[in-house]
Amino acid sequence: MSSEKIIQHSEAATKFNKDVERVNWHDETLWFVRAKRDKSAHQIADWELLRETASQIKFNVLSNIHDYLVEFEANAQRNGIIVHWAADAKEHNEIVHSIMAKHDVKQMVKSKSMLTEECHLNDYLAEKGIEVIDSDLGEYIVQLRKEPPSHIVLPAIHLKKEDVSETFHEHLGTEKGNFNPQYLTESARHSLRNTFLTRKVALTGVNFAVAETGEFVVCTNEGNADMGAHLADVHIACMGFEKLIPKREHLGVFLRLLARSATGQPITTFSSHFKKPRDGKEMHIVIVDNGRSTQLGREDFRNSLKCIRCGACMNTCPVYRRSGGHSYHNAVAGPIGSILAPNLDMSKNADLPFASTLCGSCTNVCPVKIDIHDQLYKWRQVLVKEGHTPTAKTVAMKTMATVLANPTVFNIAGKSGRFVMKNIPGMVSNKMNKWYDQREMPDVPEQSFREWYKKNSRESKEKGNE
Amino acid sequence: MSSKGEILKRIKANQPELVSELPDLNLLGSEQFDVLETYKTVLKGIGGDPVEVANYDEIINYIKSNYNLEKRLITTLPELSEIASLDWKAVDPHSLQDVELTVVKAHFGVAENSGLWVTDDILGQRVAPFIAQYLAIIVHKKDLIPTMQQAYQRIGNMEYGFGTFIAGPSKTADIEQSLVLGAHGARGLIVFLLD
Repeated sequence: MSSEKIIQHSEAATKFNKDVERVNWHDETLWFVRAKRDKSAHQIADWELLRETASQIKFNVLSNIHDYLVEFEANAQRNGIIVHWAADAKEHNEIVHSIMAKHDVKQMVKSKSMLTEECHLNDYLAEKGIEVIDSDLGEYIVQLRKEPPSHIVLPAIHLKKEDVSETFHEHLGTEKGNFNPQYLTESARHSLRNTFLTRKVALTGVNFAVAETGEFVVCTNEGNADMGAHLADVHIACMGFEKLIPKREHLGVFLRLLARSATGQPITTFSSHFKKPRDGKEMHIVIVDNGRSTQLGREDFRNSLKCIRCGACMNTCPVYRRSGGHSYHNAVAGPIGSILAPNLDMSKNADLPFASTLCGSCTNVCPVKIDIHDQLYKWRQVLVKEGHTPTAKTVAMKTMATVLANPTVFNIAGKSGRFVMKNIPGMVSNKMNKWYDQREMPDVPEQSFREWYKKNSRESKEKGNE
Repeated sequence: MSSKGEILKRIKANQPELVSELPDLNLLGSEQFDVLETYKTVLKGIGGDPVEVANYDEIINYIKSNYNLEKRLITTLPELSEIASLDWKAVDPHSLQDVELTVVKAHFGVAENSGLWVTDDILGQRVAPFIAQYLAIIVHKKDLIPTMQQAYQRIGNMEYGFGTFIAGPSKTADIEQSLVLGAHGARGLIVFLLD
C-alpha cells in the first residue's frame, strides 16, 4: 500500500484521455446521471429549503458532535449494540479483525462502505487470511478485477458491459461474449446468494446514525446490506463519526435529499434502520476518526464533514467526468474527495485540489451546501504555502509574480512574447510548454492593449479638441 | 479502549462554537398533491406494481392467478392462510431461501417516493422481504401520506429493533447504467392498495 508510487492526477488523466471514445462515453454517462438528479430535484417544491435545512442540521452537528457522540453511544449500548472507537485506519482494521477472531470466522460478506475502502480493510484482512466478498454488484465487479471503485455510488461506472462480461466469464464462468446486463446480473445474484447464505459475519457501512435513538440507517438499492446482516450471526457497522445526526426526525430531511442527489431516484429501494440486534445475535458499531477530528479543527475545511456521500459533485464535475475516478488515487474521488484527501495526507494528495476548474457546479448541486469549490481554492493556497506544489509550477508562478509586479519587465515580456510567437512559433508551440499541450495558441495581436489604449486615447482627445 | 477518550478530547478541542440551532422542520412537507395518484405513479416509475383491491379476497384471487401456489409462499397475515404459510417465524432464516413470495403488511406508505414502512414486528423475520423471489406488501389507502416529513412524524418514538422503507423491487444499474430488477432481493414488488 504505502510503497506504491502515486501517479499524479494530471498524469493519470492523460492516460485515461488516450481512449477518446471511452472518455466521451464516461462523460456522457455521468452527465446522464446528473440530468436525472436535476429532474428529480425540480419535482420537489421544497428542494432549496431542504438543502438549507440539511446544511443547518449539519452545522449544528459539527458544533455539538462531542455531546451527540456520547449520547449516541449510550443509546446504542442500551439497544444492545456493542460500540467501538477507532482513532485511525489501523485501529479500525484491528477492531474488525478482533471481532472476526473472537468468533473464529475466516469469511466475511460486505456491503458497500467507503470507510473500509479508506482504511484498506480488505487488504488488511486478506493478510490475516480472511476472505472478504463485496456484495454490491458494482463493488463485486471491481473486486474481481482487483481494482478500487472509481465512484462512491457507482463503483464500476468506468467499465463497459463488455468488460464486466469478460470479468464474469473468467471468474463466474458466464458465457463468453454475452454482454446482456440482465444475464450478467442474474449470474452475480446466484453467486452472491450463496455467499449471503454461508457467511457468519456481515459488515456494512452507515449512511446516518441517530444520536437520540442509538440507531443507524443503511441505504441500498440491491438489498445486499440487508441480505448480509439479517442472515449473519454478527453484524459489524463501520462509520466515520460525522455520520451522526441529532434526531430520528432529521432522517426525513436527509432521505429526501440523498437518492435524488445521487441517482435521481426518489429514495433508495431500501432505507434500513438498525436499532437492536436480533435475539441472540451480535451487532457492533465501529466509530472512526482517522483524521476527521483534525479536519473539524480546520475552520476553512470543516464543512467537508457535512458530506452525505451522494456523489452529485462527481457526476457534475467536468474534470471528474473526463479523467475518471481512479485518477484521484483516493477512496473518495472527485471534488469532495479532493478536499477530504489533503487532510489525510497533504504531500500525497497535493495534486487533487488542482484537479478542478473551480466552476462551482459541485457547490451548486451539493445537497448539504458544502462550499466545495471555495475549499478547493483554499486548499490550493495552503498547499502552495506549505511547498507541496510541483517545482515547475512554483517556478512559473514566481516568475509570473515578478513580471506582473514590474511594468517595465511586463512591457518587455509582452513585446518579446509577441515577437517570438509571430516569428519563431516553434519556441512556444512545443512540448515544453504545458499550456500548448492542451490548446491551440492564439493569433498574435499587432499591438498590446496598452499600446492600443495610448493610441486611441490620443486620437479621441484630438477628436474631442476639434 | 483509550481511543474513545482521545477522540472525544480532540473533537471537543476542535469543534466550533455553536453556529446553528436546529432548524424548524415544520416549514417542510407542505407540498400539495393527490396522494393516491402520486403513490401509484411513483411506484410504477421505480418498477413496482400498484394493485387496488377492496378486500382480502381480491388479494387472494390475485395471488392465485399470478403466482405458482406449488412453490413456497409465506405471510404474516392470518387472512391469507389459504394461500400462504404462517408457520415460519421461528425457523432459521437461512431456511427461507426457497421462498417464492412473501406477503406482509406495511404500517404506511409515502407518496413522494412510494416507500412502505415496515418493522420487525410485522415482518415475522427481518430477512423475509429480502430473501423471497417476489414480494407483496399490503397497505390501506388511508395509510398513504404525502412526504417523508409526515412519515417521521408518524413514526415518532415508535419502538422497533429493525425498520425499513421499501420502495420498489430490488434493483441495480451497476452494469453500464442499465436498470436490472432483482439484484439480490425481490425481483418484483406488488403493492396491494386496500380500501
